[in-house]
Amino acid sequence: MHELALVRGILEAVLEQAETYQIKKIEKVKIVVGEMTSAMPEALQFAFEVLSRDTSAREAVLEIENRPVKLICRDCHLVFTPEGLKYSCPQCISSRTDILEGRELFVEYFEGE
Amino acid sequence: MKVFMAQDLLKTNAGMAERNRGIFTRHKILTINLISSPGAGKTTLLENMLDILAGELNIAVIEGDIYTSRDAERLENKGVEVIQINTAGACHLDAGMIAGVLKELPLEKLDMIVIENVGNLVCPAEFDLGEDFKVAVLSVSEGSDKPAKYPLIFRQSRASIINKIDLIPYTDFQLEQVIDEIKDINGYLEIFPVSATKGDGMGAWISWIRDMQKGKSRSVGE
Repeated sequence: MHELALVRGILEAVLEQAETYQIKKIEKVKIVVGEMTSAMPEALQFAFEVLSRDTSAREAVLEIENRPVKLICRDCHLVFTPEGLKYSCPQCISSRTDILEGRELFVEYFEGE
Repeated sequence: MKVFMAQDLLKTNAGMAERNRGIFTRHKILTINLISSPGAGKTTLLENMLDILAGELNIAVIEGDIYTSRDAERLENKGVEVIQINTAGACHLDAGMIAGVLKELPLEKLDMIVIENVGNLVCPAEFDLGEDFKVAVLSVSEGSDKPAKYPLIFRQSRASIINKIDLIPYTDFQLEQVIDEIKDINGYLEIFPVSATKGDGMGAWISWIRDMQKGKSRSVGE
């Protein structure tokens, strides 16, 4: 959801940095999207294509790294990938688990010249 | 040339939310973000909460809806300050919208703020408003599959209310199964099965809110 707004944010941030480094043409933007965020990769690609048209990122490739959900058990410290929606620990059955990965939504880097 | 950024895409909202959080902490105001699908009973729940609590605590309500001020109007004669935000299209409240109305509230006097978010189980889960915690309201008439379909909101919340339990005899809602599923998603959630209209279960919910508010009022302000 809100991929357009998110992509607008990505472009603003990247274009601002590009100006600082005097990069005239952006060739690639790499973002990390956690599995548990409500951002859909296809919608992000589409939004990027549309919004970058009149910018120096118009020919840039948007690379999206999906991070699957990883949890850690507070009691036995097991790090695990949940099966479906069972976020309780498969080893000690504790329901005290924290999300380690899967909630990311950030621009990692961009490339250009 | 490669430029590393590690720039969070929800940075603007996160910044505003922290600012709001700081204000609530400084004034020791317990702030709750009520989230649910349309029609789960948030406003009715609020009406009942206010009937009981408005006499003992200074409460303000921030109402979020896409259009109309109908929810705010329902709460008008409950003896609390009510502010209506119309998003005119946005499907969730964000921290900036909350920041924009805080100056209308008598912050030094308030004990608690309840934010009733736009009826939507998806987007509000993503947007930190600066609240102490989110409460996910689910109703019996929505069916038993909602936790599985909307795990994020249950993960992000501190408490969950299962409303309209008086309707259970007329539906095939599986209360124990739903509670188990919610606990699987988030073992820290406090779960309150209630009927906001009939009053069942409301005692436990109100009691818990009172405890949370006491905790906040004793916390060290900034």
